[in-house]
This record gives sequence, C-alpha cells and structure tokens, in this order.
Amino acid sequence: MTDASQPAAQIAPRRTPGPIARTMRRLPLTAKIGAAILLMWLITVVTVQLWPLADPLQMVGRRLQPPSMDHWLGTDALGRDVFSRTLHGAVWSIPIAIVVVACAVAIGSFLGAISGFFGGWWDTIIMRLVDVTVAFPPILLAMAVAAMLGPGLANASIAMVIVWWPIYARLMRAQVLEVREREHVEAAVAGGAPPLRVLRVHVLPLCWTPTLINATMDFGQVVLLAASLSFIGLGATPPSPEWGSMISEGATRFYNWWIAFGPGMAILTVVLATSFLGDGLRDLFDRRSQ
Amino acid sequence: MTAPLLEMTDLRIEFTDADGNRAEALRGVDLSVDSGEVLGIVGESGSGKSIAMMAFLQLLPRGARVTGSAKFRGEELIGMSSARIRKIRGKAIGCIFQDPLSAFNPVLRLGDQIAEAILLHDRSMSRRTALKEVERLFELVAIPQPAKRIRQYPHEFSGGMRQRAMIAMALANRPELVIADEPTTALDVTVQAQILDLLGDLRKELGIGLVMITHDLGVVAGIADRIAVMYGGRIVERGPTDPLFYNTAHPYTAGLIGAVPTLDGTGALRQIEGTPPSIFNRPPGCSFAPRCTVAQPVCHQTDPALRVTGATDSACHFPLTTVTPEVAE
Repeated sequence: MTDASQPAAQIAPRRTPGPIARTMRRLPLTAKIGAAILLMWLITVVTVQLWPLADPLQMVGRRLQPPSMDHWLGTDALGRDVFSRTLHGAVWSIPIAIVVVACAVAIGSFLGAISGFFGGWWDTIIMRLVDVTVAFPPILLAMAVAAMLGPGLANASIAMVIVWWPIYARLMRAQVLEVREREHVEAAVAGGAPPLRVLRVHVLPLCWTPTLINATMDFGQVVLLAASLSFIGLGATPPSPEWGSMISEGATRFYNWWIAFGPGMAILTVVLATSFLGDGLRDLFDRRSQ
Repeated sequence: MTAPLLEMTDLRIEFTDADGNRAEALRGVDLSVDSGEVLGIVGESGSGKSIAMMAFLQLLPRGARVTGSAKFRGEELIGMSSARIRKIRGKAIGCIFQDPLSAFNPVLRLGDQIAEAILLHDRSMSRRTALKEVERLFELVAIPQPAKRIRQYPHEFSGGMRQRAMIAMALANRPELVIADEPTTALDVTVQAQILDLLGDLRKELGIGLVMITHDLGVVAGIADRIAVMYGGRIVERGPTDPLFYNTAHPYTAGLIGAVPTLDGTGALRQIEGTPPSIFNRPPGCSFAPRCTVAQPVCHQTDPALRVTGATDSACHFPLTTVTPEVAE
C-alpha cells in the first residue's frame, strides 16, 4: 500500500542489487566469515609478490629463531622466514585447489550428465568406473597414482582429479535423472530439439546447485589432500614453500613449534572457511537438507 | 477428396513392465483430423487419450511398442527416423501442455525460449528476427506489452498469460496441426473460457487442425467440430459434436454428459459407479460393461466393434439410440 502523499523519490524503487550481492546478503554469519577469509587468501595469492616480505627461499636470519618482531613466525631449520613462506605457500596451494576442483567438476559433471541423460550402456560403463574409483580410500588412491607418476605438484594434481571426479559424476547424474523427467524437457523434445541441445539448454542449467555447493566444500578438502601428499613427499618438492612440506619439516622439530604453526593455521583457516561457506550455500539453495 | 491432415488407423500401444506383464494401453484407435477442424478427445485418466498423441510424435518411453499407422499429410509417422520426426515436432505439429508453468524452462526468459524453438527449425534466421517474431506471436495470442513480456521469466507470468505464451510457442513455427493436451485444466474457469475462445479464433484465422485432449466434455462442447470419447484404450463413441450430445449412443458418453453440472440443475449430479479397469487386467468383453447400467450378459463376453449407430459411431451392443432414448433428451 503506497501512500499517495509520499514524495516520488521515496516511492521510486531503489537500485536492486545483483544476484551475487543478494545471495551474499542472505548468507548466515559463519558463511560470511568464511567468504571473507577465502577472499583474503585469494587477495594474498594475487598480490603476495608485491608485499614487503622476506624472500621465502633465502636464508634471512639465524636458524630456528622463535617468533619475533623481525620474523613474525620465526625461522625454520635453514633460516628462512616462516611467515613469508606461509603466505607464499598460498600461491601454490590455492591455485592448485582451484584447478583440481575445476577439472574434477568438469570431467565428473560431463560424464555424469552423459550417464544420466542417455542411460543404457553409457550409464553402465561410466557408473561402474565410478564404483571402482570410489572403492579405494581417497588418500590411498591418490598416493598410489602420485607414486606411480612420480613426485611433483603437477602429478599430485592429476592424482587428486582422479580421486575427485567420481563424486561429481554421481552428483550430476542424480540431478540430471531428476530434471530430465520434468515437463519442460518433454516440451522441448516435442518442440523438435535434438537430444544434445535438450541436455545443454533445458537440463544442465538446472543441475548445478548441488555441484556448486559440493565444489565449495571440496575446495578445502583438496587443499588438505594436496598438503597431505606433500607431507609424505609425493607433492611439492623442496625448496618450494608448500604448506604440506613445510609441516613435514616442522614435524621433526617438535620444540620449534612455530615452523609447523604457520602452514598449519593456513590450512586450518582455508578448510574451515570453505566448510562455513559451503554449509551456508547449502542452507540457502538446497531445500531438501532443511 | 484429399487425404486428412492426420489419420490414425488401428493404432495400438503395448507396454511390458519389469516382470514381463504386458499391458495394452491403446487397443486399435481410428481417428482423423482435417485442416481447420477441431477434434475433441474426451476420456478419464488412463483411457489412452494423451498416449495416442504421444505415440505418433514418438514421445513414449522406450518400453512402449507402437503398431498400426498414423499418417500425417500422407506420411507414415510410426517408425519414422528420429532425425525426420524431429523436423515435424514443433514445426508441422505444435504441442500445448497441461501445466504451463512446468512446461517452460524456468531459467530462460520466455522470449529467448520461444525464439529458441523458432531457431531450431530455421537456422538462417537471426536471433533478433526470431525475437521480433515472438513479439508478433505474443500479440497474436493477446499478451499485452509483448516487448516487455518477452524479457520476463515464466514465473513472472500469471497462469492465463503463461498458457497464452504456451500457445504462442506451439504456433511459433506456423504448424498445420496443434495438439492441446488438457490446455485448460490448470486454469480457473474464467481464464479457461478466454483460452478456449483464443484457441477457437486462432483455428479460424490460421486454418490449423486442432486436437483437443480433455477429461471435461464441457471444454470441447463449444469448440470441437467432432468428438471422440475414449474408454479403456479404445474409442467408444465418435461423431460430430451435436449428435454426440443430443443423440448419444454409448452409455458411457451418456454417463459423462449426466455428470456435467447444469446451470439450472437442482437435482443431484449423476456419477458413473466404479472405477476404470486396470490395464493389466481388462475384462474379456466390453471394458465398460462392469460399470454399465444397461449391460447384458453378452457385454461381458465379447467386445463390441465400433460401428455406425444413428448419427454417431459407437462401440456398444445396445446403443441408446436404438434402445432407450431417455438419457438423450
């Protein structure tokens, strides 16, 4: 009910925020905190080279110094600045997590969509492949693949994609199976649309919600798995400042706790932030879980 | 005389379920539609009225076995290659669905969605021209402010407007035949009347053949030229609209007419007792016999053939036109 005497300026609709801004506004507080932490890490990744930090690969002080004003998180066994190395570690871990999740989502969703939409032999072959893959514990499979390909972050990434794609294949298949039975899909077929077009235009755009939520949550898990592989020597090779290998260096020097503290906190914050954000997104978008 | 636009001869559909039980959903249907004609198909749920239309457009699930013939402009549709049938679906034969909300893709703007349907069949047209065409279609189906409306999503339309948009989509490629599957069921009565008027007008303007599938005799009474009443996967009565209402031959049709409320009606509505038979377990004789008030022993033994009985064709051993005219007053 609009009051006629109201000045026009007040009746005029305010500029409505875009869909992303609106979504952000409706997120619970924890998810907002998660998003903020992730944003900070992303900014770090992009700008860390410009910061006045010690060189992460050079000896910049005495060995094994506890935290001080000069070295906020102390120095490691080779006299390198742990704080600087932790921040530079993000440049390894976070882009890798993005690439791994993106590849897993792309491969898994593609195969899952084919499997769910066309059914029959496609479905049988792809889903049995998924079954075989998920039959192994993820870390064991990743270790086996990484060990087979040899150490290095690129190989570790391939290993992680192999571990992760089946989850997305199943998610996408389930979603496609549900959406393809909807009436607008039948209407599209009755309108003469060929199968691939029906899949692309009328089915897939309605299938992304669970995948998006899961990808957000998995982002932290991939950071963790990448660190785990590096920890056991199958990921990053020294002297790269990778979080997992840094923790592995610190693990042998328990009394110099600060060596593992920096990268440990980094992993903790990333994993927690993605969990918070993923949970919040699920509360917003996935009606079934409520 | 030229061949009818669509002619179905002895169309049969058989399903086999997971346990190997066979069920005949359609048991020999003969029907035809001419250009510019409105054919009403009336029946209860499960009588086979929608499935007959889905059969010749090859929209049935894979387990269905379709036999018989359905010729469109003289061309056989049953067993046609999927590439060829795709050129007919949405191009020469348009479909209007029951629920206009679920029949639209919720994440596409209506203009884009209907333009998409046009571009599918005309690759040479530009997107912009297609959108202009959608605007023209919206005007044709009397949607106000078409230029603004084509940029809206389905949820921004009211039920009646959405059904108009659905009709616009069915007409997008200037089809010769439009199949409307319960086009007014999801709408309230006043909107229902508007949509029926619109369909009637469009039929006259564009000279298209229209097949109107419904469970409501009242819906087709005003618009159809001919009506086919289906029961248990067969046509039980078929004929021009007026005789079908005033010289009803089949007891089932009479029962349906008796179940329609009248404006002056003070008496109780008559209902047809019982429920339709399961398609896995059809009675050997006439499928309507178990519910029929005038059934004789022979009705339970042999299924009557569809034959001329008075002004309409009906499949009944004892058509009302020759026995008791009391229902058809």
